[in-house]
Amino acid sequence: MATEGKAIQADAGVPVKVPFWLDPKKRAIMYQIGVLCMFGLLAWYLISNTLINLEKQAIATGFGFLNKESSFEIGESLISYSAASTYGRALIVGALNTLKVAFVGIVITLILGTILGVARLSSNWLVSKLAAIYIEVMQDIPVLLQLFFWYAIFYESLPSPRQALNPFHGLFLCNRGVIFAVPESHPAHKYMFIAFVIACIGVYVFRRWAKKRQDLTGQALPVFRISMGTIIGLPLIVWLVFGAPTKMDVPELTGFNFKGGTTLSPEFIALLLGLVLYTAAFVAEVVRAGIQSVSKGQREAAMSIALRPTQVLNLVILPQALRVIIPPLTSQMLNLTKNSSLAVAIGFPDFVSVANTTMNQTGQSIEGVALIMAVYLIFSLSTSAFMNWYNKKVKLVER
Amino acid sequence: MEAYVQEKPSEELKPPVTSVGTIGWVKANLFNGWFNSLLTLVTLYLLWEIVPPLFRWAFIDSVWNTTGAVCRDVDGACWSIITTNLRFILFGFYPHDQHWRPLIAILMLCGLLFYSRDRNHWNKYLGYGWIIGLVVMGVLMRGGILGLSGVETSQWGGLPLTLLLSVFGLTAAYPLGVMLALGRQSRMPAIKMLCVVYIELIRGVPLISLLFMGSIIFPLFLPEGITINQILRAQVAIILFTAAYIAEVVRGGLQAMPLGQYEAADSIGLSYFLTMRLIILPQALKIVIPPTVSILISAFKDTSLVVIIALWDLLKTTQSTLSNPEWMGFSREAYIFVAILYFLGCFSMANYSRKLEKELSTEEH
Repeated sequence: MATEGKAIQADAGVPVKVPFWLDPKKRAIMYQIGVLCMFGLLAWYLISNTLINLEKQAIATGFGFLNKESSFEIGESLISYSAASTYGRALIVGALNTLKVAFVGIVITLILGTILGVARLSSNWLVSKLAAIYIEVMQDIPVLLQLFFWYAIFYESLPSPRQALNPFHGLFLCNRGVIFAVPESHPAHKYMFIAFVIACIGVYVFRRWAKKRQDLTGQALPVFRISMGTIIGLPLIVWLVFGAPTKMDVPELTGFNFKGGTTLSPEFIALLLGLVLYTAAFVAEVVRAGIQSVSKGQREAAMSIALRPTQVLNLVILPQALRVIIPPLTSQMLNLTKNSSLAVAIGFPDFVSVANTTMNQTGQSIEGVALIMAVYLIFSLSTSAFMNWYNKKVKLVER
Repeated sequence: MEAYVQEKPSEELKPPVTSVGTIGWVKANLFNGWFNSLLTLVTLYLLWEIVPPLFRWAFIDSVWNTTGAVCRDVDGACWSIITTNLRFILFGFYPHDQHWRPLIAILMLCGLLFYSRDRNHWNKYLGYGWIIGLVVMGVLMRGGILGLSGVETSQWGGLPLTLLLSVFGLTAAYPLGVMLALGRQSRMPAIKMLCVVYIELIRGVPLISLLFMGSIIFPLFLPEGITINQILRAQVAIILFTAAYIAEVVRGGLQAMPLGQYEAADSIGLSYFLTMRLIILPQALKIVIPPTVSILISAFKDTSLVVIIALWDLLKTTQSTLSNPEWMGFSREAYIFVAILYFLGCFSMANYSRKLEKELSTEEH
């Protein structure tokens, strides 16, 4: 209809007054005002209903509850927490637990997924078919069911702490979790960590310098070996300087429970296992698609100019494959983080689980759900911001 | 000097036995190079360690039709938990003597889905068939007319509930998703912004938070005295969630449309509505059929989450069976059974999606 108004104008040669409902610009504005009004009315209606209902049921509003005493215990926590702490601290504990599962899960998933993806493309028929079966089966079973399954296996198959399995010294498996030995805390550890960070920064600077040097002079340095040497060597030297402390904190059975060592709870392990095994199947598909997206000619061309196999991989195949792999990979990582919210079903105290308890105790469900959404939105929006930056960085510069 | 002319073709040399046939295949696919040989041997060893005991557990030592007490003395799998509780796991608290009704509804749904596989059958009548079919299924489940006794939705459970949530979830989410995708492509900033915010917001949060919203907060939104039953609230949450994902898939299809299509539609004077209905959407939606099927698959899997807000879906009925003291401790068998059900559903859809993809891609060229 947009063109009609102009047509009249052109035919007559003199401007004809177009009625405002036929003018596309004015019409668009009207549509938008209409939609916004409807949206506003709906929002107003819902909010007013909610306010009336809240008042009737005498539910408090606002985030004041965050400063109140929570009076519930949380099974595992990265920071100090007790029932006397506030709801706010409880929620932070939950958020940290979510981050812990997400971080550990993502690292293991990436490794397992890459192995599976490469196995899927293996020239070995048996390995390739097994990887295909794994990918298909895992993708087609709901992740929640997998979580329940692993949790049940843990609970039903493993003995109580008294009869805990002890496959080798310092490791116990029982239905309270996996208990294993860790190095006893020693002042050296702090300095080793500092040395590690310094090594990482040093390697970063060194790599940039080496690249610039190669660009200028054409001489390549054994960058990989030097970097690995620094990253491993520097903390090792610090460790040796401190007299190489090797004392381990070995768990021991005392009464009904274990003393010493570190415990991974069955909830944590089941959650991790379910998320990793499920997401790895999707990651494997992403990796496979990425590798296949680099055409055979690229490898042949790289080999024909006498690049070594590692150079072919590092300079030709990977940069192109990663451009295809990274975007879907990040969305899989995000999926893993979002799926970690299913922890609430098996009782791992992640953010959703803690928020759920908070909602049940305070009755302030609107604030609780809003907090859950806000936390996950922060995760995903920051990831997509990173993705946009990355996409811009690796974008193909075409003629 | 006499020239040498070969009058008969020389005898054909057969390829060596080791490079054709079974031996050749094994050599090329399992033992090419030392690394692959090692890999094959290690894999074979692992399979030998895992598969026979598993087979023995699942089939040879297993019991199929006993009580829980007998099961505890058996080494193998106790499939009795399934055979004894099958009807409860599949149909939940649906009245026992009326189980034929959900069964027929499920069979009808499977029949319709199976018939719809062939794209040659996709026409107006199939659409009517679906509408009639869904209504008949609803009547069968709900009852109350035609001499069927009424069954409250609170008694629905098990497989019918899972299927209901996913089928209705997708059918209602699809038009909503298309509208959102069109809104996101719109040139009107206010509408575009609303759609973008909605899509990004929903895609950024886990489904469980929406289910919480549906089950806890949604009743607060309604004026006093009006209540909506819990299944419907979960259904709304699933629809809102799935619609955002469909919108993104459809947007991919819309963006793949060349500009010429829009210009051609403009040049023959079609309005926006007609352009979309006649020109753009039929092409764009066709491109995105395969990714839409994968959304269907994940929607089907995601319905299992309603167990967290205590709806009696397939997973919840299974868990409830497991909490019965007689059957406590047989989670493996029960969960494997449910996993097989989900696997069959998802695998057939995934296979179908691959088939469609092949068909659609060959049609173009």
